[in-house]
Amino acid sequence: MYLYSLSLQRATGIVCATYGNFVGGKTQEIVVARGKVLDILRPDDNGKLQTLLSVEVFGAIRSLVQFRLTGSQKDYIVVGSDSGRIVILEYNREKNTLDKVHQETFGKSGCRRIVPGQYLAVDPKGRAVMIGACEKQKLVYVLNRDNAARLTISSPLEAHKSHTIVYSITGVDCGFDNPIFAAIELDYSEADQDSTGQAAAEAQKHLTFYELDLGLNHVVRKWTEPIDNGANMLVTVPGGGDGPSGVLVCAENFVIYKNQNRPDVRAVIPRRTDLPAERGVLIVSAATHKQKAMFFFLLQTEYGDIFKVTLDCDSNDQVTELKIRYFDTIPVTSAMCVLKSGFLFAASEFGNHALYQFQGIGQDTDVESSSATLMETEEGFQPVFFQPRKLKNLVQIDEVESLMPIMDMKVANLFEEETPQIFTLCGKGPVSSLRILRPGLAVTEMAVSQLPGVPSAVWTVKRSVNDEFDAYIVVSFVNATLVLSIGETVEEVSDSGFLDTTPSLAVSLLGEDSLMQVHPNGIRHIRADGRINEWKTPGKKTIVKVGCNRMQVVIALSGGELIYFEMDMTGQLMEIEKREMSGDVACLDIAPVPEGRQRSRFLAVGSYDSTIRILSLDPDDCMQILSVQAVPSPPESLLLLEVQASTGGEDGADHPASVFLSAGLQNGVLLRTEVDMVTGQLSDTRTRFLGLRAPKLFSALVRGRRAMLCLSSRPWLGYIHQGHFLLTPLSYETLEYAASFSSDQCAEGVVAVAGDALRVFTIERLGETFNQTVMPLRYTPRKFILHPKNKTLVILESDMGALTTEERDANKKEAIEAAGGGENGKMYVDEQENGEGEEKEDPLPDPQYGFPKAPSNKWASCIRVLDPKAGETTCLLELQDNEAALSLSTVTFHDKELGTVLAVGTSKDLKFWPKKESAGGFIHIYRFVNEGRTLELVHKTPVDGVPTALCPFQGRLLVGVGQILRIYDLGKRKLLRKCENKNFPNTITAIHTYGDRIYVGDLQESFHYVKYRRDENQLYTFADDSCPRWLTASLHIDFDTMAGADKFGNIYFMRLPQDVSEEIEDDPTGGKIKWEQGRLNGAPNKVEEIIQFHVGEVVTSLQKASLIPGGGECVLYGTVMGSVGALLPFSSREDVDFFSHLEMHLRQENPPLCGRDHMAFRSAYFPVKDVIDGDLCEQYPTLSTELQRKIADELDRTPGEILKKLEDIRNRII
Amino acid sequence: MQASDRFNINSQLEHLQAKYVGTGHADLNRFEWAVNIQRDSFASYIGHYPLLSYFAIAENESIGRERYNFMQKMLLPCGLPPEREED
Repeated sequence: MYLYSLSLQRATGIVCATYGNFVGGKTQEIVVARGKVLDILRPDDNGKLQTLLSVEVFGAIRSLVQFRLTGSQKDYIVVGSDSGRIVILEYNREKNTLDKVHQETFGKSGCRRIVPGQYLAVDPKGRAVMIGACEKQKLVYVLNRDNAARLTISSPLEAHKSHTIVYSITGVDCGFDNPIFAAIELDYSEADQDSTGQAAAEAQKHLTFYELDLGLNHVVRKWTEPIDNGANMLVTVPGGGDGPSGVLVCAENFVIYKNQNRPDVRAVIPRRTDLPAERGVLIVSAATHKQKAMFFFLLQTEYGDIFKVTLDCDSNDQVTELKIRYFDTIPVTSAMCVLKSGFLFAASEFGNHALYQFQGIGQDTDVESSSATLMETEEGFQPVFFQPRKLKNLVQIDEVESLMPIMDMKVANLFEEETPQIFTLCGKGPVSSLRILRPGLAVTEMAVSQLPGVPSAVWTVKRSVNDEFDAYIVVSFVNATLVLSIGETVEEVSDSGFLDTTPSLAVSLLGEDSLMQVHPNGIRHIRADGRINEWKTPGKKTIVKVGCNRMQVVIALSGGELIYFEMDMTGQLMEIEKREMSGDVACLDIAPVPEGRQRSRFLAVGSYDSTIRILSLDPDDCMQILSVQAVPSPPESLLLLEVQASTGGEDGADHPASVFLSAGLQNGVLLRTEVDMVTGQLSDTRTRFLGLRAPKLFSALVRGRRAMLCLSSRPWLGYIHQGHFLLTPLSYETLEYAASFSSDQCAEGVVAVAGDALRVFTIERLGETFNQTVMPLRYTPRKFILHPKNKTLVILESDMGALTTEERDANKKEAIEAAGGGENGKMYVDEQENGEGEEKEDPLPDPQYGFPKAPSNKWASCIRVLDPKAGETTCLLELQDNEAALSLSTVTFHDKELGTVLAVGTSKDLKFWPKKESAGGFIHIYRFVNEGRTLELVHKTPVDGVPTALCPFQGRLLVGVGQILRIYDLGKRKLLRKCENKNFPNTITAIHTYGDRIYVGDLQESFHYVKYRRDENQLYTFADDSCPRWLTASLHIDFDTMAGADKFGNIYFMRLPQDVSEEIEDDPTGGKIKWEQGRLNGAPNKVEEIIQFHVGEVVTSLQKASLIPGGGECVLYGTVMGSVGALLPFSSREDVDFFSHLEMHLRQENPPLCGRDHMAFRSAYFPVKDVIDGDLCEQYPTLSTELQRKIADELDRTPGEILKKLEDIRNRII
Repeated sequence: MQASDRFNINSQLEHLQAKYVGTGHADLNRFEWAVNIQRDSFASYIGHYPLLSYFAIAENESIGRERYNFMQKMLLPCGLPPEREED
């Protein structure tokens, strides 16, 4: 078996981010690393974040910084990754790519302890960069420029210190003095030797300044001083002429200003009033805002509260006071960026990212802690308390959806749509949600209006070429035409000149400013001054089809006569040529007039005899047939679409101009054929089945370029996105006819008719594969099942260290009452009252403020039954007594008295640290009542461990309890133990069954194949894996094959050898299994690994599904980083050969951007086996034309064929 | 082979041990070995963001706090060292 791996949805979580002027010019862009993907984002004029570029780098990006050489206008990006290399990137505006400027190797690849890459710091003046590891190694590279003003990089200078753990590094702003880097270091050498523990207790973190002597070209430890032992992060304080220089040391509960030869200035971080006393407050992300005259810092705590930190200085630039003022609360971020345009980009750790706009900069009287009022008592420093409140300084203006983390995923067609839906459980704690993903683009409906009949067609038309917006919407009915004028409102008009007593066949702008209406009996040409020219059809013939652009009109009369008109200099429509076709014409199209030309050269004509012809419109060979294509079914609609020559820019790689003829056939297939620009020859046809109805094709505008709308049983959009032609379904209902629409309110929309309604909509978030429907959940979702009969979902949610909803409500009430009593300290009474007032109107929503922290052994958990169609929860059972629901399954016991019941495994008093232990667990059995909408507890069976896996098996229930696999049967009062096997290595996390065979997944030790012998009532393990695998997801593929994913981001398939499998099944006495012994406590047989692939993200769910109607099945996976990918089995050997060669050439010619070797990355833990990386193959269109040709030559193909192959295989998946 | 001190196996090992933290030697005791493994593991957790977030979800902490906890654990990953036997 060979698989083709393809990411369907790239990772949506963000690891780190930086911002700067990468494009050059005034705008600021944000560069975000999403694990193995590097994205450049930019807020557009409407404050919506747009993705400029997204590159898969095949490596783990761990840190990013940006720097600028003095006097330069453009920033560079430095990437710290797992490649053992430092990479400097520059954005290339012309080609819309990131170019690797420098790549210097310094160590082994992989995320290692002493290989730098974890930390990056840059001198604020852009003269040097430091790259550090968790321990010991730090390297400094000097950045400079050569005579040709190109960036140069020196050989590395070492700033190592062995036996030292590094927490954070940053550059110190010291103007144009020698660059200095600061690091938080902890020396462990003594603690490792001292068995009394004294040295460990005395281990002290130090702040160390490393100075790069630019003259001597070496790095010295300039200054080191003990700092607070809770220190975790450093923030650069502006220096030179802009501030006092030095660093802010963020420590648990404190922020301390430090600089060489300056006194420390310390202030406490205010605490939430409901925070347990034993918990510290840690700063997890920081942003600096610097203007000419002032600067401040925004520091976010692990609870999501943002504080504004300001420094007061005296005349000697000596810091006199450090103030920390509560600013606002937003979900916890992994990075924040304050843009010059007044935006704050917040990259959330979990859940959606957001763009905020500053409304204020925290000048009000909010809770403030200052170094001046710092009080030291015997128990330490006096804390300062505050209560979170609603957003005051920030206002959210955009949200970027993120699936991170996907906890579980299932694919099913519960809604009975054309394609199945992907149900994902996403998020953590308060930002948990169920997201229903549908392949396709999201559509925003702007207006729907009923019409007085069933319309057959719709057009939009401008009044003049120079108009920005459309003037009329023309709707045609069976016997009439309705003209609507677009203004402030859309209303019917009768003075447009259009004939309204007849249906229309086409309406368009002609020439500069005249309009044309084609109706069955003629052509009506309406000049700008109101004169009307009417051309009547000869005899009794009627017009059946029309193709037109701004200068040319071709009509087809009944009987198959084509008449060609062209606009002459005076603006008159002149008949030029006629041609008899052999039969009736099915469809016609003319491409728009190319810029700078008089006319478009080609006319495409489709006939009912299943042929498509290209006719010339040139005066020399007018109406001559240039080429003919036979198609499998009569064409219904044609569209000539020019893919414009682009030299990159915002959304494309190099694209030579080419014309594609798209044809929608009556059997629902869309053909795309390339038309030779000179000869009109047709070549290189691509086919795709779109739906049950013949696709009707329309041109639309997407990002200012021509795109294609295909209306079949669902609408599709074909457009160019970052160098790829994408044909994506729209998540919208079936449409009859459509036209592009542009007005004041909606620059790039579509107007369409369906039924008796006129619909206006826009298409958002281009380039995305899925659109989401979101339903919020209460706690971190763990697992869920679909109940296909009831069409409901049963979801388990549980949170560790959280209060149950009741407790939280009670606390909230108490807090309000306490505040009302004025007992909560005099200083903050005002604040409290404000808070109280707000809470009465609208309590602080949890997704924004997070849950209050509880001791880590407290659990909150619930079981939810959700009807996804209505989006409502029909039953929600909150578990009591510190139970947490962890596993579930439906099961039909063989006495069938209760029908299908739900089994839920719960733990009691579970805790992980310092040792994993629990006070046992329970198996709850619930009955579905009320048509499966609610649950009713049947009974609850206590078990001696935590039931972590449940599975129905031959009318009984298989349960994994720790190391034990057990079979339970249903009793009246509880479940009854029937059989068990205690010999599993760690904890059973997954059970699958097929016939008599049971597949047991262990937490650490991969799968075990188990056989149940009914006559002996015993469970035997007869085969297992030879590799330890920390299983996170599992999937049953076939009788002998299992697919699994491990914690380190690998997906693997394993198969029991055929002979062993037969032997086991054919063994009549079973004696062989019973008495055969394995070696080293293992099973007697070993499975073989047949597939091995490193995804690079922890895979949390695997599913077998087919996402397109009639398509083959593939394995879908979802990851913690919020990505969804697919593994498609190849169906032919030729394809395997082709793609493995393509992959090989791409590995050679297109090495990954961040310096990690592609093969090494995909083999990070186990050598990659029989999987071809589609993400790498899909980088082929982004290569330069020469390189594309070179690779194509070596494969004995043309670049077009390769692109077609890539498109085909993608279309087989989605 | 020329018996030069510079190239004998011991000095090569010493060089490796000095350069690559965690390189073992013949007299390595159980504790030292375990400490190395633990530190390597923690460094790997910190370096692999997806793994770090996986832990953060399990423990219901923020990723930043989880990273800090792992860093802190690198100091004494296996508890106090055993008392040295004087030989």
